[in-house]
Amino acid sequence: MGVIVYLIPISLFLGGMGLIAFFWTVKTKQYEDPEGDAQRILSDEWDDKPRPEE
Amino acid sequence: MCAQIAACPACAVAPSAEDIARMSEAVEARIMLSLPQIHCAACISAVERELSRTAGVNSARVNLTLKRVSIEAEPDKTAGDMTAVLAAIGYEAHELDAGTLRATETDKRGRELLMRLAVAGFAMMNVMMLSVAIWSGAQETTRELFHWVSAAIALPAIAFSAQPFFRSAWGMLKVRHLNMDVPISLAILLASAMSFYEVTQGGKHAYFDAALSLTFFLLLGRYLDHRTRAIARSAAEELAALEVPRAERLNGENVETIAIAELAVGDLVRVKPGGRMPVDGVVIDGQSELDRSLLTGETVPVFAGFDTVVSAGEVNLTGPLTVRVTAAGEDTSLHRMADLVAMAESSKNRYTSLADKAAGIYAPGVHLLALLAFVGWLIVSGGDIRLSLNIAVAVLIITCPCALGLAVPAVTTAASGRLFRKGMLIKDATALERLAEVDTVVFDKTGTLTQGQPKLTNLDEFTRSDLEIALALAEASAHPLAVSLSNAATSAGFKPAKLVDLREVPGYGVEGRWKGKPVRLGRAAWVGAQAGPQTATYLQIGNASPMAFTFNDRLREGATEAIAALRAQGMSLVLISGDAPAAVKDMADRLGFDDWTSEALPQDKAARIKALSDAGAKVLMVGDGLNDTAALTAAHVSISPATALDAARVASDIVLLGNDMSPMADATVIARKATRRILENFGIAAGYNMIAVPIALLGFATPLVAALAMSASSITVSLNALRLR
Repeated sequence: MGVIVYLIPISLFLGGMGLIAFFWTVKTKQYEDPEGDAQRILSDEWDDKPRPEE
Repeated sequence: MCAQIAACPACAVAPSAEDIARMSEAVEARIMLSLPQIHCAACISAVERELSRTAGVNSARVNLTLKRVSIEAEPDKTAGDMTAVLAAIGYEAHELDAGTLRATETDKRGRELLMRLAVAGFAMMNVMMLSVAIWSGAQETTRELFHWVSAAIALPAIAFSAQPFFRSAWGMLKVRHLNMDVPISLAILLASAMSFYEVTQGGKHAYFDAALSLTFFLLLGRYLDHRTRAIARSAAEELAALEVPRAERLNGENVETIAIAELAVGDLVRVKPGGRMPVDGVVIDGQSELDRSLLTGETVPVFAGFDTVVSAGEVNLTGPLTVRVTAAGEDTSLHRMADLVAMAESSKNRYTSLADKAAGIYAPGVHLLALLAFVGWLIVSGGDIRLSLNIAVAVLIITCPCALGLAVPAVTTAASGRLFRKGMLIKDATALERLAEVDTVVFDKTGTLTQGQPKLTNLDEFTRSDLEIALALAEASAHPLAVSLSNAATSAGFKPAKLVDLREVPGYGVEGRWKGKPVRLGRAAWVGAQAGPQTATYLQIGNASPMAFTFNDRLREGATEAIAALRAQGMSLVLISGDAPAAVKDMADRLGFDDWTSEALPQDKAARIKALSDAGAKVLMVGDGLNDTAALTAAHVSISPATALDAARVASDIVLLGNDMSPMADATVIARKATRRILENFGIAAGYNMIAVPIALLGFATPLVAALAMSASSITVSLNALRLR
């Protein structure tokens, strides 16, 4: 049973990473236009080179 | 929502956020356009590519979910330029007033709730996992270790996630009131504190999982509620933003376009044909006709010339007018109508929602029960405070309104979503409940039952040659009656006659020469006719006596169906209009209203509704005009079409988004169903409590029982709400 002493922190750490990743997506406003993002990935406009920075 | 540029997965996100910050500081024009037609990836690329190629545009970003594009452009670019660019590639675009779209602030609240929800969910799942091990029989050191780990996860998570409840409860307690958040906060706080104490003492029971799942489920209810309202608010804001408040001010020889708020008394304003009067004023130049239907309900346009007094909200029909401003902003008649609205004592303010009623019974009950349990066990056990407190906490946790918190939001989310797809926007949180109680429906005529578009009624009374002359004359004008006449004649297969010297005389009509004879189409007085009771335009050929083309107002699509359905539901229907008796009687006969009133002033409408309410009726008012706003406020619940004036839309609880009126009948049915579901949900929650509370009171409740009761009741309630679809 001693192994759970390691396993619990590890699982909490991994879960916490997921939580932080979710925070990041919310903070960077990735849920503003779900439909648009779903469609944009289908566009081949910037397939060859990335969109130039403005 | 407007100002943000959503991040796409393909581009670096962090820099784009910095860009946004930089852009908002720079002196640039931000233009927002509504694009009702875009629907696919190709549309996004086409719009963005075309806009980026346009000179003066720095960036353009489409939001497909909201069907909008936000453009960063050089200051000299106007929305008109952008609309033209998009029209050239086949996309319809409408300017949105960026100032009206203030959704960003409210959206921040939504994001905050979402984060708290995520933390509560994460912590709940982890603690639940540890709790399962304890329930399955973990002993001694393992149990203690798991309890300590649970505490380490739960306490910070609760401190962060449950803040909205604590804040609301504290605010209520400060003014010596009880709301649902008081027992919620008490349960969460007591459960955490008690469990922590138990853990330090090596006790058997800890309620961390219960406290967390309580927080999670209640936050879920809050979030659903917030989202439903945010969607409604953003749609309502978009409607308001489509009316860009601008006016053309004459400055010597120059015409400058400025915001209406900048107008001052004494300024000269030019109003183009088709434009709406931005202010109250006096005409000093030009001749035209004015459509006053939004203010008074009259369908017949009135003449406007030198010295005519005009009010904000009237629509200029035929010729350009120059108006000297006599009142602007808050002083205009549009705003004075607001006083009438404030005076209309609203039944809405007195309405107690079902959730509030439930909370009113529930909140004191729970505290009393927990206190009773504490005192009772104190006596029974002979002073064992720890045991008594444990049981009191168990009672609080088990009775705590997880299901009650979800009962209303789950149903309103489902119902509002369904109505939104049918084209109805629920603006007010309690509108559905109030709509369910309605037994009397009062309609306004002009612009509500009718579309405000005239329809020719006596086409077959004329000879071919007369009609061909009338058609040729009508085609020269943009007046609504002329447009309707030419549409009717063209679709009946007539060709315009050959006329010479064709010219429009603004405010009067159109004249020309046909085979040497002067011909005129226009107002009765201008062609020497007696004006009849009906809306009409008159045709005079040479010196012959004038002939009248009569019109009635085109019924709104679905109006007949909606009225038939409402009558079948047993509602009593009333028609109150500010229009002339003949027109109102005609409409009442066509739709089968027995009870109708004409030439009603705004205060008459409100008074009638008040009389109906005093007689015990629950009145639904359907109206669009400024003259309806007081009545809309006075009614138990109110609906206005999207074409209504902003003031009317603000006053009403529900907005009909499309042109079609038939969803109205469904709305009452859905509202009644939704209310029934809410009551059922309260029943379910009460049922669970009836089983669980005795168990808790007798001291048999364990954290396992609490977790089971809580999850099972929450899930049943949510499923019951989903049945509404």
